[in-house]
Amino acid sequence: MRFVLFAAALLAAPALAQKPAKAPPPPHPGAEVYQNVCQACHMANALGGVGAGKIPALAKNGALEAAGYPIMVVTGGKGAMPWFRGSLTDTQIADVINYVRSNFGNKYKDKVTPAMIAEQGLPAPRGGNREG
Amino acid sequence: MIRNMQGPTRREVLHAIGMMAGTAVLYQAMEALGHAKETQFAGPPNLSGARPGARVVVLGAGLAGMLAAYELAKAGYQVQILEYNNRPGGRNWSLYGGDTYTELGGATQKVGFADGNYLNPGPWRIPYHHRALLHYCKAFGVALEPFIQMNQQALVQSSKAFGGKPMRYRELHADWDGNVAELLSKAIDNRGLDSVMTRDDADRLRLALRDWGALDQNFKYTKNYRSSRRRGFERAQGGGVLGEPIPSDVYPFKDILDSGIWRIVSQHMSIDHQHAMFQPVGGMGMIGRGFAKQVEGKIKYNQKVTAISQQGGKVTVTHTDTGTGVTGTTEADYCVCTIPLGVLSQIDVDCSPGLDAAIRAVPYSNSVKVGLEFKRRFWEEEEAIYGGISFTDREISMISYPSGKLHSDGPAVILGAYTFGPASYKFAGMTPEERIQRALEQGSVFHPGRYKEEFIGGATVAWSRVPFTLGCCAMWNEETRKEHYQTLCAVDNRLVLAGEHASYVGCWMEGAILSSLDAVTRLHKRALEA
Repeated sequence: MRFVLFAAALLAAPALAQKPAKAPPPPHPGAEVYQNVCQACHMANALGGVGAGKIPALAKNGALEAAGYPIMVVTGGKGAMPWFRGSLTDTQIADVINYVRSNFGNKYKDKVTPAMIAEQGLPAPRGGNREG
Repeated sequence: MIRNMQGPTRREVLHAIGMMAGTAVLYQAMEALGHAKETQFAGPPNLSGARPGARVVVLGAGLAGMLAAYELAKAGYQVQILEYNNRPGGRNWSLYGGDTYTELGGATQKVGFADGNYLNPGPWRIPYHHRALLHYCKAFGVALEPFIQMNQQALVQSSKAFGGKPMRYRELHADWDGNVAELLSKAIDNRGLDSVMTRDDADRLRLALRDWGALDQNFKYTKNYRSSRRRGFERAQGGGVLGEPIPSDVYPFKDILDSGIWRIVSQHMSIDHQHAMFQPVGGMGMIGRGFAKQVEGKIKYNQKVTAISQQGGKVTVTHTDTGTGVTGTTEADYCVCTIPLGVLSQIDVDCSPGLDAAIRAVPYSNSVKVGLEFKRRFWEEEEAIYGGISFTDREISMISYPSGKLHSDGPAVILGAYTFGPASYKFAGMTPEERIQRALEQGSVFHPGRYKEEFIGGATVAWSRVPFTLGCCAMWNEETRKEHYQTLCAVDNRLVLAGEHASYVGCWMEGAILSSLDAVTRLHKRALEA
């Protein structure tokens, strides 16, 4: 079986050489953070959800226009949402904010940097039990 | 609650030893943190003499809300409970076969468990010292049975030790104690403890260590009858010709250290996980049902609260029926609100700025549970594991074997994942089907050849996607406790909050009960003074 696959790869190789396929763009560094953290609440499609309370949609979200707002919310938390300062690095926070602000129907051009997180972000609370 | 299973630091090892030896200093530190004390319960409040016709509206039919309604009705108030769900209990909840659950985002599960099998998505065990909850379980006729927390026959698996192979808790625990005893006895031989104790005491300690650690006459922890009486024999004791047992090899201490066993051992020494522990017969949700019988006819289900007003010398709650879409109001003289803070912070609450700030200051933790149903109890039949927990450093963190219906035939449900921290977010971000598959995959390390093969179906709840809480439990920290806790608990005009979030027994049912009793006692006093 291994031999067959190897042969198939050889056969495919010239075709690739003739017509180079466009390499897929590398995944956005914030995408992984979004999938592993944010979509637990905001959903894979960033549409949030509504029950007794609401988890806001991040898709097409006008409140994300000023980058300072998501910086404050992700570092410090808001309502039921806990703070992520300390559990995510400043780079991860910047990455994920950039990812959300340039996906899900959001088209904000300016970029957030880890330095901005360090400067504008809220500190993680002292004596906080991150895991409840 | 094993956070992770990295190798221990020296401080952590000393910590674990300290806990085992009952070091006074450590005990005092724990006592200062409030961890070493039983919860406060002096008996039911026995309220009486409400002003005739006085009305109370209770928001939420979880344990705090239903108990508030029960005690206030006994005192003479007219009570109405408004509940978002179509069932009582709140986070006190079991998912049974035939149940349907839709999480935020719309994913719907139809639970296919066999009759009598269940998953407890929220609370699942009751410490013996949660006296208030135990009191009401008895008073309300909720039958309890033992919950098996610690099982030495269960397994411990770490990617950092024994090549990832699951090992018996019993063997690791025995080898930990034995090795620590041998090391300490060596330290005494080398006069390492001379600066902290007299020679006489050191000699007494050395003898004690020999007993405690199952050391031999030379103070060594080795392969022999003594150590095997703890860790198990290579060939067990039997009858007749081959009855003589064969001792088992002990593991190298390096591997024992790498296994992280000391974390699990010390977890079981915490007062929250000491035996005896209990569970209701037939699932944790039986407590919610038992409480609901005491307030029968007082609960209005499917009500989404949108506003709480305190204008005009009364409380007016605006709520929408989620079935019919009809919005109405309920008026009362007072309100006990048990709505989780993450939800309450989105409701228009007419209260002092201080309480408003407190409601908004407390975020919620997350956790994910997965229940896996198997065709038979292969863990009992083949491995003699009756209840208890197998631990892992994988994301699922543990699997827990059912404590109920032990030694019976037919399908049974294992708690196949109980995630904390980052793993909770990762799991919650998956679809229910993906969570179940991941739990099956990760848990199969304990029972290869059985886990996937005997699997029937699963159910899962990710608390960050639970429509009625938007999270698991209130997360306080030192600063928010100082700044907001007293304000959150105080009666605000005609409104008082109750629930685990208004307690120092956070995330436990006992916290909800104690908070509720305290809140109604103060509210009643206020009402009589008004």
